Amino acid sequence: MKTYFKTFYHWIDERVQLEDLVQFLGKKYVPIHRHSIWYYFGGVSLFLFIIQVVTGILLLLYYKSGEELAFESIQFIMSKVQFGWLIRSIHSWTANLFILTAMIHMFSVYFEKSYRKPREITWLTGMLMFFLALGFGFSGYLLPWNELAFFATKVGTDIAGVVPVFGKPIMVFLRGGQEVTGATLSRFFGFHVAVLPGIFTVLLGIHLVLIQRQGMSEPLAREEALAGREKTMPFFPNFLLRDLLLWLIVLNLLAILAVFFPWELGKKADAFASAPAGIKPEWYFLFMFQTLKYIPGKLWILDGEIFGILLFSAGGLLWTLVPFWDRKSNRGEQNKVITYVGLFVIFYIIVLTILGWTA
Amino acid sequence: MTTTDGLNTVNVKKRDFLKWILSGGLVAFVGSVLYPVLAYLKPPSQSEVEVSSVKVGKLTDIPKDSGQIVKFGSKPVILIRTVAGDLRAFSATCTHLDCTVQYRKDFGAIWCACHNGKYDLMGHNISGPPPRPLNEYRVVVQGEEVFVSKNT
Ligand code: FES
Repeated sequence: MKTYFKTFYHWIDERVQLEDLVQFLGKKYVPIHRHSIWYYFGGVSLFLFIIQVVTGILLLLYYKSGEELAFESIQFIMSKVQFGWLIRSIHSWTANLFILTAMIHMFSVYFEKSYRKPREITWLTGMLMFFLALGFGFSGYLLPWNELAFFATKVGTDIAGVVPVFGKPIMVFLRGGQEVTGATLSRFFGFHVAVLPGIFTVLLGIHLVLIQRQGMSEPLAREEALAGREKTMPFFPNFLLRDLLLWLIVLNLLAILAVFFPWELGKKADAFASAPAGIKPEWYFLFMFQTLKYIPGKLWILDGEIFGILLFSAGGLLWTLVPFWDRKSNRGEQNKVITYVGLFVIFYIIVLTILGWTA
Repeated sequence: MTTTDGLNTVNVKKRDFLKWILSGGLVAFVGSVLYPVLAYLKPPSQSEVEVSSVKVGKLTDIPKDSGQIVKFGSKPVILIRTVAGDLRAFSATCTHLDCTVQYRKDFGAIWCACHNGKYDLMGHNISGPPPRPLNEYRVVVQGEEVFVSKNT
């Protein structure tokens, strides 16, 4: 057995020089310090993404897009297909956990200022992937074509429509027409299973290659204090095994969630029904949704939403570009302002999410 | 000297010219590839059947203090019968962000669940984020039958 494996290894090695890769992995180290735990969230997000790809492909085998088919096909998956309920439930739960872990990963990188030179591109690709993840969430939410999703999509795309000049064409592009109809469903389906995964995979590739190339970032203070004599652990196999163990735990958690809290399908969308009371978007949009409720219809000369959108877009843009305006961290100095801004953002998101949840 | 200078200017002119031709060609090429794709993305406008009036049903079937959504072509319209028995109809599309409104007996008002917007029974936005009143439709009662039609 062993000799077979050896021959096979040699056969490959002769052609693609595996030796280099093994050498590289052997020399890779992960720093150990009291913030080390945050290093795991990127890996967990990656794992959740892989689960999404697998369960997504499985769902694709039975899902049918279309006003008259979508809802029914998911009903079919959940009631007739063996373990269909489990696959769908896992896909929905993973989507939510993925956003959560990606958020934790993002905030930990932010607070450690790990985006600073030379890792700006890693941060940028990460942020773009995060926005794509929100796009995944938004487009995937509509696919079951249920009541909640129908109105969430109406509101979400209409928000795009209030932006002056570009807004209307973008809204029509997203909806595939003036209204949210089956045409919207087809488009969202296309975005969700083809466009977004394609772009996401490219970004993910860059993100991962950069991490391998540049190694793990270390907290600022430590970098100075411990130059040269730091505690590390080998990436292979120590860190990788811990990673895998964590992935196993996450998989179990997912199974528990999916089995004991199966994802509801709700009522089929009806363009001629009133929006149901208690309508809410997914939790990760809740803080923005809640903010919209507080902004009055007219604010000075602007429509309330325009103001809200401008606010959030500007905030998102500043956040994404932080490696370029946080000069201090780039020079290796502590920057308290960044930390306070981050704390404020977290505080704001948590408070408004709770308000939105209990409203 | 003069000859070389002359040659140089000719060369530079030639190079500029080539640059223009090439970059112009590139732009034209990219444009001719992108245009069909972008045009394809724009959904064709579908001609809708113009609806000017729809029959809702018998007056006796519409209870007082109630509201219902009526299909008006592809648009939802809300038909309200007040406590006093008046009939009124408005576009059911919230002027805020496009949700479909409903009649709330408990408030005696039109309510939008999406962001808690409220309109009075004349369709005026009275609280919450809606920026404009709801468009009014005309209600006509002919004999027993109730019709909703465009307000022209
Ligand atoms: S869509 Fe009606 S209040 Fe926002």
